Amino acid sequence: MNLGPHADFIIAAYAATGIVVAILIAWVTLDYSAQQRILHNLEKRGVTRRSRPADQP
Amino acid sequence: MAVIDLANPTRFLTLVNRVLPWLVAATILAFAFGLVRVVHAPDDYQQGATVKIMFLHVPAAWLGMMGWGLMTLAALGTLVWRHPLADVAGKAAAPIGAAFTFICLVTGSLWGRPTWGTYWVWDARLTSVLVLFLLYLGVLALYWTAEDPGRGSRAAAILTLVGAINIPIIKFSVEWWNTLHQPASILRMGGSAIDPSILIPLLVMTGAFTLLFFTLHLAAMRNEILRRRVRTMRLAEAARA
Repeated sequence: MNLGPHADFIIAAYAATGIVVAILIAWVTLDYSAQQRILHNLEKRGVTRRSRPADQP
Repeated sequence: MAVIDLANPTRFLTLVNRVLPWLVAATILAFAFGLVRVVHAPDDYQQGATVKIMFLHVPAAWLGMMGWGLMTLAALGTLVWRHPLADVAGKAAAPIGAAFTFICLVTGSLWGRPTWGTYWVWDARLTSVLVLFLLYLGVLALYWTAEDPGRGSRAAAILTLVGAINIPIIKFSVEWWNTLHQPASILRMGGSAIDPSILIPLLVMTGAFTLLFFTLHLAAMRNEILRRRVRTMRLAEAARA
């Protein structure tokens, strides 16, 4: 594929988009792991949500 | 499952966990198909290969505005109907919409230099999109810095409703004012001005980016619901101590 005399601009646009999309994907993935881990730790300490009775799993 | 049941965050999480893997697969397939079409798309007779930047710039512009539209509906849900998931939806959409608006500005700038001879000009379209990006940053600041999450959410919802006036300004800026930016060439009276060999890859990429937006948005909503659960549990733990 020949991108012509302005190849640098095209490559920079695709690279910038790729980086921003990668950051978004990393953000939602890492945030999900972090929230799951914190919830798990709280449940291990016996903390429950008020909306759920304590005798339910 | 009735639509009203989705107001329950637990049922909503169940639905998200079921739908998300399919959305991820659909997004990957759409991008694979779209990028193949982009590679094989012909150069423009005037712009040459730089027209390939359009396949990123136009979807990003669309999603920047669509994100604000979605946040506007969520803001109405927060302020008027006090829907339990409306605030979650608004808060989750803000960083994603901001990111796509940023992509729109960067790719537009990189497209403008070889096409117009400049990275930036203070014309109505470019300036109104920059204002949209700054509004996104304002909403994020309200969400992230408010000590009371409820108060921050209401302030963000009000700013979102006020900022919604900028969306028609962006759309019609190229008609209302004399701008360097080209007028509408896809959604316009008399049909698209773009040749199908370029229009079809553009529509496929727009579909792929839109799927990506909703995939990220659902995942971010799931994270926000979990974050609120963590907060509730920490408050309950502190109250017991």
